Amino acid sequence: MPQQELELDELYRELILDHYRHPRHHEKLAGADVVAEGYNPVCGDEIEMQLKFDGDTLTGIGLVGRGCSISQASGSMMSDLVLGKDVGEIRRLSDEFKGMMTDAGAPVPEDLGDLEALQGVAKFAVRVKCATLAWHTLADGIEQHEKGGNVARREEA
Amino acid sequence: MTKTYDVNEIRKDFPILGRRVRGRPLVYLDNAATTQKPRQVIDALVHYYEHYNANIHRGLHTLAEEATAAYEASRVKTGRFINAEHPDEEIIFTRNTTESINLVANAWGRKSLKPGDEIVFSAMEHHSNLIPWQLIALATGAKLKFIEIDGTGHLVWDDVLAKISERTKIVAISQMSNVLGTINDVKRIAEVAHRFGAVVLVDGAQSVPHMPVDVQDLGCDFLAFSSHKMLGPTGVGVLYGKRDALNAMDPFLGGGEMIKRVTFEESTYADLPHKFEAGTPNIADVIAFGAAIDYLEALGMEAVREHEISLTQYAIDRLSQVEGVTVYGPTDAVEKGGAVTFNYGDLHPHDLSQVLDQHGIAIRAGHHCAQPLMRWLGVVATARASFYLYNREDEVDALIDGIRASDRIFGHATARAGAG
Repeated sequence: MPQQELELDELYRELILDHYRHPRHHEKLAGADVVAEGYNPVCGDEIEMQLKFDGDTLTGIGLVGRGCSISQASGSMMSDLVLGKDVGEIRRLSDEFKGMMTDAGAPVPEDLGDLEALQGVAKFAVRVKCATLAWHTLADGIEQHEKGGNVARREEA
Repeated sequence: MTKTYDVNEIRKDFPILGRRVRGRPLVYLDNAATTQKPRQVIDALVHYYEHYNANIHRGLHTLAEEATAAYEASRVKTGRFINAEHPDEEIIFTRNTTESINLVANAWGRKSLKPGDEIVFSAMEHHSNLIPWQLIALATGAKLKFIEIDGTGHLVWDDVLAKISERTKIVAISQMSNVLGTINDVKRIAEVAHRFGAVVLVDGAQSVPHMPVDVQDLGCDFLAFSSHKMLGPTGVGVLYGKRDALNAMDPFLGGGEMIKRVTFEESTYADLPHKFEAGTPNIADVIAFGAAIDYLEALGMEAVREHEISLTQYAIDRLSQVEGVTVYGPTDAVEKGGAVTFNYGDLHPHDLSQVLDQHGIAIRAGHHCAQPLMRWLGVVATARASFYLYNREDEVDALIDGIRASDRIFGHATARAGAG
């Protein structure tokens, strides 16, 4: 197999393509506490995320949006990983994931689940923003939650 | 200059076209973003720095005189290239097309616009011919109106007539869309605008590099374009303005070089064109831009345009034959420039671009700084292949092969679209 194809396969692993074709938690969640929106001005990709919390624990997540395979797969994998975890743990995982994206040579963390498949993205600097879009949106959603949620306020407005 | 247009001979002038990317020969199809530079332009830059680097318009030594002469020679060449009536006064050098448009929006707009006045542009404008007008509208209370486009990517002529009225103070319109490639009949639009006493600014960033442009024939009041999209260096933009229009405007930036007499309280401004060129300009790149114009004139803009029509038609035809490909905008190359925008099934252009890059092929993927137009097309992003005077049909063939190569990873486009 030519080198070009090997490199592409390293980026587009089967697990990534599976999440891209069959995104998990791909829905608008009813009764959400927080709605967060993410946008990548470089490519126009957009994401809308609904979150439900019980205290500090994330008990529900739904995300819909339009974007490339990397941004869609990353969001799908992330939602699997963070569901049921508390805010502190999610922040720790987020830092781990962003670390993996910004340092192509670093050892891959072992608790990122399917997201480990995205390690090849770190070699393609312009795609890192695609991979982290869902994470930035989630961080914004958690911040909104800590301010008391925003769905009720949106409906009033 | 050769009588026949020999693309293989032309390619020898461009050192970068010999480069390999990821093991394959570079296929550069992102010319609407920026073009590659011929040896003649690179040499002009080096020659300036090695032989007569000096600040201009003030030194009384040999180097300063030589640099000033070369800089001003570029201005006159630029003016003649677009057939300006007064090439030594009507050409202002800026940093890029964006700055040229901002100059007019501010220096003309602040003085001429008042609440209720209308600024007309089109739905296919690049952000650079949109945001400056939004800003000046906020500052002056003027209103924004845009001309709609039809399903084939052309301006709706009835809407041109509907939007331009006695309230219109300026019509800011691109001559060639950077996304759809559509060539707009700016001459006819200028006639309509002038009937109402409005001024006309033409965004020529995509047109001036690719076709003959004659400002006197178009009748426009302003024309903005960039050196780097027409073989020249980055960092040089051009603003053409009719002498009377420029004379009536206040300066945009203040500083050295643009003044006559200065006291602590007030100043009188320099004559055209220096009134609009505050501070030390981009001397080296302006001089090398002159070499780019020499290169284009030696080929002849008619010949460049003919080459691109033929190549663009070949690309549209070949792309249209690929099952799953949607081509946006006019499909007759005579009506458009060398930018072909498309999507392949539901494959995101980022993913397509990644696969193509792996084959050494450079295209643009994204919203092309035209988000309102993307919304109108109903897409988040598109892929765009854009050609220039050195591209060949075999590079279009490589693009087609590259698109098909994405099937290996993502599955066939039509199969995906059906399943999705």
